[in-house]
Amino acid sequence: MQYDEKRLTRIVATDCGSTTTKAILIEWVDGEYRQTIRGEAPTTVEAPLNDVTKGVINATQELEELARLKYKNPHLKFMENGEFVIPRKGDIGVDAYVSTSSAGGGLQMMVTGVVAAMTGESAERAALGAGAIVMDLIASNDKRMNHEKIERIRQLRPDMILMAGGEDGGTVKHVVEMAELVAGADPKPRLGSSYKLPVIYAGNKEAQQEIRNTLGEKVDLMITDNLRPKLETENLGPARDKIHDLFMEHVMKQAPGYNKLMEWTKGPDLESVPIMPTPAAVGNIMQTIAKEEGIEVVGVDIGGATTDVFSVFTEEHVFNRTVSANLGMSYSISNVLASSGLDNIMRWVPFDIDEGELRNMIKNKMIRPTTIPSLLEELVLEQAIAKEALRLAFEQHKQFASSLKGMQRQRDISEAFSQSTSGATIVNLMTLDLLVGSGGVLSHAPRRNQTVMMLIDAFLPEGVTRLAVDSIFMMPHLGVLSEISIKAATEVFRNDCMVYLGTCVAPVGKSKIGKPALYAKLDLPDGSKFEQEIPYGEIRVIPCGEGQVAKANLKALGGLVLDNDKNRELNIDLHGGVVGIVLDTRGRRPFGLPTEKVERIAALKKWMRELKAYPEHILV
Amino acid sequence: MGQAYSAGLTVTESTILRKERILPLKGQVLVKKGDMVKAEDVVAETLLPGKVVPYNLANKLGVTPAQLVNYIKIKPGQQITKDTILAENKGLFGLGFFKSEVRSPCDGEVENISAVTGQVLLREPRIPVQVKAFMDGMITEVIPNEGVIIENKSAYIQGIFGIGDETVGELKMLADTPDDELDSAKIDESCRGKIIVAGAFVRYHTIDVARKFGVKAIITGGIDDQDLKKLIGYDIGVAITGHEKVGLTIVCTEGFGKITMAQKTFDLLKAFSGKKTSIHGRTQIRAGVIRPEIIIPMDFNESELISKEATMPILEPGTLIRIIRQPHFGRIAKVISLPEELTKVESETLVRILVAEFDDGTQLSMPRANVEVIES
Repeated sequence: MQYDEKRLTRIVATDCGSTTTKAILIEWVDGEYRQTIRGEAPTTVEAPLNDVTKGVINATQELEELARLKYKNPHLKFMENGEFVIPRKGDIGVDAYVSTSSAGGGLQMMVTGVVAAMTGESAERAALGAGAIVMDLIASNDKRMNHEKIERIRQLRPDMILMAGGEDGGTVKHVVEMAELVAGADPKPRLGSSYKLPVIYAGNKEAQQEIRNTLGEKVDLMITDNLRPKLETENLGPARDKIHDLFMEHVMKQAPGYNKLMEWTKGPDLESVPIMPTPAAVGNIMQTIAKEEGIEVVGVDIGGATTDVFSVFTEEHVFNRTVSANLGMSYSISNVLASSGLDNIMRWVPFDIDEGELRNMIKNKMIRPTTIPSLLEELVLEQAIAKEALRLAFEQHKQFASSLKGMQRQRDISEAFSQSTSGATIVNLMTLDLLVGSGGVLSHAPRRNQTVMMLIDAFLPEGVTRLAVDSIFMMPHLGVLSEISIKAATEVFRNDCMVYLGTCVAPVGKSKIGKPALYAKLDLPDGSKFEQEIPYGEIRVIPCGEGQVAKANLKALGGLVLDNDKNRELNIDLHGGVVGIVLDTRGRRPFGLPTEKVERIAALKKWMRELKAYPEHILV
Repeated sequence: MGQAYSAGLTVTESTILRKERILPLKGQVLVKKGDMVKAEDVVAETLLPGKVVPYNLANKLGVTPAQLVNYIKIKPGQQITKDTILAENKGLFGLGFFKSEVRSPCDGEVENISAVTGQVLLREPRIPVQVKAFMDGMITEVIPNEGVIIENKSAYIQGIFGIGDETVGELKMLADTPDDELDSAKIDESCRGKIIVAGAFVRYHTIDVARKFGVKAIITGGIDDQDLKKLIGYDIGVAITGHEKVGLTIVCTEGFGKITMAQKTFDLLKAFSGKKTSIHGRTQIRAGVIRPEIIIPMDFNESELISKEATMPILEPGTLIRIIRQPHFGRIAKVISLPEELTKVESETLVRILVAEFDDGTQLSMPRANVEVIES
């Protein structure tokens, strides 16, 4: 159901994250929707409170207080007696309340398939696309013995299981065998033992009856269309929809306080608006950007516990999402250190620090996840860790976002030598148009220049790429808001959510430090010109404001190239942003940092100074 | 805003505790409402289903799954022992020559027989599981077939991080001051079976000595990250602990590195030295936060068992706080004011701050997120 500004003039949207509940106020102001106020409070799904709505009330109270200050109206109120007043009556109440949630560990799923790289991966894609964390993929060919698989299924305690396997008309035996293992394990749901574990079957339709016979009595079985009806085709929609239904029906109802929260989320005529898993809401937004603008997009949402990467590539707008469940900036920060190694973090730090001290600092952040760096040195260290978390999450995403494995491809003669195979990644940084960052460390960096630095260093965009950031982390809110008003979601997204940071130009290839790498001539909108031959191993930032465009003539030198067609010269419009246009000649494929510590620190300081990433005194 | 919600760890000399002791699966409760129990008493027990052994019978017998029904000698639900004949063929010409049979690899029960895959699932015998009371107290509620709720009056301390499972022993104070580093020479035979208290820090070597003397648990202000890694054999990525088998339980009250134990925590432990204490290191700093606990039960009357309603720790002028991040990590201060507007701190981050005063009268502002309320 969609509503317009006649029915919706004031909306509260919340995102109940694992650490904080973030509330935003959206209002109809001067003929358009704007996000006006933001508040937050710790999420309260744990003892002693055990009720997610307490955090929502606290965050909304902060909104109310700030709204009263802003509008100098002491009578403004969104809630009364601890509940939202809908519909609004003058100063009291709101027209709608919507919410997303990843609190309580989000949606945790296990998936099964026959061949791990084919139906298994398709099932994984369906689950991830629906906003789940995939705890494990169990497949007939995953090299574990059957008894090990049963043990694993038993230990996991997921919120639900998605079973795929076999194209329609294909193998029945392997699919049923997997069902037998699930039945043998007799898995219990993670939250509560009073209901049966929901299992979705989306495999070979000819095995449906056998699956019913095997699992029907043990679990809450739901059967939907095969998600891989043919090897060449994926049909993830029906399975994803089923996951969303079950998420509401089973998982959310078990989480503390969610029954109440589910009653709260409603539109102006009191019709219920389902709570959406946070990543599903962000995925909606990313796909909308890519389709509306006809561009290729990579988005990242780095949270306290997990990092989600979204991408939309190719002309068919193929959407992929991955979640790196143990890469994050608070709960999982110590795991970033364990996964990347200390050296990889230290390579981004422009000063010397005692190793033991750094390790203890990271562990202390892990056990006290809501603290924030108040010292500059700690901010620099956290941002160095963020670069590694982002890099690792993107590595995982590139491997996963691939063409369908197992497909037969017809090749023409030009492809015969290109070595491209089915299952190759579809992530191509050279054709990528837009890189969007979201999540605390990116959205709330004290300087947007730091966000640019983190995005470039972690993702290493190639050729010409626009950079943007979610201003205050509101993509989840807008993703669920679009369920009741696409107009409101789109307008707030354009006006208040997306902050264009600028454009990064990075020639690809290897050269030698100091050798000419890029000739750039820019006609800037204020009439000024920038013209320089930039040596290899440097960064330049040219201010060019948001909404402005610079006419550029770019020539890559010394064997470097500028785009996917290996062009060495481009005449192109470069979009500005709050930071500007970044010319990065540090090389790609490979990108390397000096190996000697003294040289590396000197180089980092030079780049950070040029980027104005940190106050001068820390870079001396 | 005059006050704000803030997280905090409880340190109190007297509280009414209420603990659920629940079986992993339904089973039998062995105590009744009103019973007084000791920490070591078993309050409920059950049998966990045994391990499932999948066995491809059709393959073993050399027949198709559909044919298996003609040869099978067992049915679902049947109890079997090792070497029970599961299936046998009729031999050559059906006369029994070269007859082959397949025997069970284990004791247990037949769970399922599949005509699609030819696989049978055998389940090994059930495994007994017991739940102990863990703390002295009174059974105030029995949840039929699931477990009990035990209540008592205790001195109670929440740790910030720990390793190792539940254990019970006598509390023994070894530190002289809260900023002491525990000297391994202080650990001797008198510490066997005890829960010892260090001050600010305990090194790997000292932990090792404690292990050798059969110490049950160590309570310390801080521990070094690398010592922890050496102790458990891997680097902790995500703080979900409690299952480590290192020979003792460790509870940190402050964090990683050498951090002076909060005076209040230290004084409380000192006052109760010699008392029976229940302790665990289980930590889960994610959805469903679990913190390590130190429970020192006291005598009580049933009429005292009225637990306070859960409240949110509130920051307001006068609240006692502990700073939980640099600078001044670990220091205690009192809240003076909570300015409403966002304020820029050294890192240039715009945050909501509070102004606090230290013992010596100096005042400082800091992000509200970097303090915790000291609850009493």
